Amino acid sequence: MTAVQVWQFFLSGLTTGGTYALIALGFSLVYNATGVINFAQGEFVMLGGMITATAIAAWGLPLWLAALIAVAITTVVGLVLDRAAIRPARHSSVVVLIIITVGASIFIRGLASIIWGPNERPLPAFSGEAPIVIFGATITAQSLWVLGATLVTALIMWAIFEYTIVGKAMRACAINPHAAQLCGIELSRMVSWSFALAAAVGAIAGIVLAPITMAQYNVGTMLGLKGFCAAILGGLGNGLGGILGGLVLGVLEALGAGLVSSQYKDAIAFIVLIIVLLIRPSGLLGREGGDP
Amino acid sequence: MSAPRARALLQVSELSKTFGGLEAVSDVSFEVREGQIKALIGPNGAGKTTIFNLLTSVLPADAGSAQYDGHELLRLPTYRVAALGIGRTFQTSLLFDQMTVLENVMVGHHLHGHTNMITAALRIFGASAEEREYRELAMDALGNAGLADLAGRPASELPIGQRRLVEVARALASEPRLLLMDEPAAGLNMRETERMGEIIQQTREGGVTVLLVEHDMSLVMSISDEILVLDGGRRLAEGPPEQIRNDERVLAAYLGEEALD
Amino acid sequence: MNATAETQPQPVAENEALVMARRRRAQKLQILSLFALVIVLPLAVRNSYYIHVIIFIGLNLILATGLNLLMGYAGQVSLGHAAFFGIGAYASGILTATYGWNAWPAMLAALVVTCLVAWLVGRPTLRLKGHYLAMATLGVGIIVSVVLRQWVDLTGGPAGMKTTGITTFGWELRSDADVHYYYFVWGWVCVLTILFANLVESRPGRALRALHDSELAAQILGIDTAAFKVRAFVISAAYASIAGTLYAHSSMRFISPTPFGFQTSIALLVMVVLGGQGTLWGPVVGAVTITFIQEFLRPFGEWEIVVYGLILMVLMVVMPGGLARGLGMLWHWGRERVGRLRAARAGGGA
Repeated sequence: MTAVQVWQFFLSGLTTGGTYALIALGFSLVYNATGVINFAQGEFVMLGGMITATAIAAWGLPLWLAALIAVAITTVVGLVLDRAAIRPARHSSVVVLIIITVGASIFIRGLASIIWGPNERPLPAFSGEAPIVIFGATITAQSLWVLGATLVTALIMWAIFEYTIVGKAMRACAINPHAAQLCGIELSRMVSWSFALAAAVGAIAGIVLAPITMAQYNVGTMLGLKGFCAAILGGLGNGLGGILGGLVLGVLEALGAGLVSSQYKDAIAFIVLIIVLLIRPSGLLGREGGDP
Repeated sequence: MSAPRARALLQVSELSKTFGGLEAVSDVSFEVREGQIKALIGPNGAGKTTIFNLLTSVLPADAGSAQYDGHELLRLPTYRVAALGIGRTFQTSLLFDQMTVLENVMVGHHLHGHTNMITAALRIFGASAEEREYRELAMDALGNAGLADLAGRPASELPIGQRRLVEVARALASEPRLLLMDEPAAGLNMRETERMGEIIQQTREGGVTVLLVEHDMSLVMSISDEILVLDGGRRLAEGPPEQIRNDERVLAAYLGEEALD
Repeated sequence: MNATAETQPQPVAENEALVMARRRRAQKLQILSLFALVIVLPLAVRNSYYIHVIIFIGLNLILATGLNLLMGYAGQVSLGHAAFFGIGAYASGILTATYGWNAWPAMLAALVVTCLVAWLVGRPTLRLKGHYLAMATLGVGIIVSVVLRQWVDLTGGPAGMKTTGITTFGWELRSDADVHYYYFVWGWVCVLTILFANLVESRPGRALRALHDSELAAQILGIDTAAFKVRAFVISAAYASIAGTLYAHSSMRFISPTPFGFQTSIALLVMVVLGGQGTLWGPVVGAVTITFIQEFLRPFGEWEIVVYGLILMVLMVVMPGGLARGLGMLWHWGRERVGRLRAARAGGGA
């Protein structure tokens, strides 16, 4: 095993890690607003990729418009999910909410398989297929798109939470929903916002990832679980932690697949996660004391 | 009153605990002698409940030691502290709300039972007999506390006064030698407080040493053999009730809190 | 009764004891009626497809009962319980098919292996709480399902593997006579239900319920909560392992990784929640309902999982407290509506 190979694994791991980071961000957004783990988060990713691919291939739209439509539709799906299934059950136990979001995920995936069929949908790379060489390792331009999208989305999220009224209100709700309500913040609107943002972020992840892995109706489940993994790894509800968790997970998974066994790639993420949780029971950047 | 120079059952020395920068308990030493009713009093935030939490390893202590009957308590896990014969009731009376009153008291017998998951499932090696025995013991205990007619009720349905009585009955079912009681009279009306006082005294008559945190001064003054006064996590005074009643430092600490009558 | 309570407390206490004794007797009677039903059911149901479905209900019931001990009684979530089902199935499947063991020692060995894995996994993970525990158990479930798929030499991989039947002293449970297997599986269900009922009404059973309500109060009464959680985890895994072995040797004589994945773990969760957690009869209600829903949806083809997802959502939104409580509330709601309508009509008349 040469250093260049390790470097290669590291770079490709960073790419997948970028998607995990975006998905983890979606988990954190919803978790902070509602305390719910949204197992349908992965389906937002699937929708982003599928809708974009369809819009380009079947309707002949340009990429930017297709992507915009995909984000818009996915956001609507996120809002509907909140209204129809999460809100009526808000005060139920953790287990009930897990089942509801898993049910939603099965439902969305089922509809997707009926609409699009079981085939994979290719999506052309955004800016050509020419590989870029960095210190001896090759990386596709699309990988840079993924990392760029992760970075830009993270920055936008940070700006929203730091500088906008809505963002500040959402933070207030996450810290103390009761007090926030007393200050005149309407909790249910903030929850809607968080679902909308989470769905949009998920869709973006799906769009930039699709040229690398191709879009298919059933990619959401594993991506969602890995994103959940990343969110927990970083410390649930901690946005920065989630991004870090995603990148770490992506890199470790790529290294594990490359150096140990590619067959067990899907298991590696969870082995890493369990080991981390045993050492730090509330994730890398989580608060001591664990789940509130 | 009990013999004044009985053996020390619990010997606490230089116990300390800080939360962040706040010294919740600092350098507190005291002893509880066998057969005593000893009270810990002090204004809010004096560190009384924290001391209970340290003694039962609910919180780790920063420094100090607590010798109980030849054992060091501070490094034992909570369930091992209980196994040494130390019981505790809580300020908020922590009952098992999804269980009946009788079952709550039966959990109190846990330490003295031997049935494990396998013998319980198969009903072998005297599991059924043990179950019957503890059911009867718990029923008797409830009868003695005047709670027999509540046995089948879910604990969540009880009013605060009865919750406290059930909690004491449950703690006594574990047959402790030392019982730590955290504000047993909080939320009780006058009649109930009087009854609680009688129960605490009966408990002592039954051979259980009692360490008590309590805000109700008339209760404390009437039943305690000795009182330790804390203020801001430090030991302020210690002595029999008559002495504490007239201690000027204690009066000063309580000024604006409540009068010592 | 109230009048006597004031003057003579003693008889009331005896009444109370009587009431509780009656409650325990009623439970015994319920279990006995389950047995009676199990015995006579094949006489009424001649259709071999339905017998097949009822065998599946039995397997799901064993799984859900085990998970109920962990979730309903000890209050610990597991999102990976299908893993233990899978370990049980594959361990006895491999031992019989590949190594030629008899199914009975294979079942015992599978049980030991599953319990060992559960103990190794449970000891560290059960220290975690809430979503972190959920994630850790989910991870274990996925790791096991990946191993079942990828360790092709041992498990046959995604294509699955053939298994054998169960032979007892030379007498084999034949694969073409489902009624035999029906009695075999439901015999196990009855035994495991009795063990479960015994366990929850005992010192360790109460310890589990106690730590579910308040870990602190349980510890202060001398309960080693960490150890009891692990024991509950191991026992619920043992139930899953037995269900796995029974599944592996059923009339299909075939196992593949699919039934041991995340979806099954979730289905088990639904069974426990739907029936009402922490009750003896909850898993029965849950297992019957979910098995029937899954079977009923088969002809829907590609719409199957769409409708299934929808049903999960609707059931949990409408009845988060389980079917029994949900139906009870529905009944009250209906009566209230009728009452209000009547009142309105009476008001309108006057």
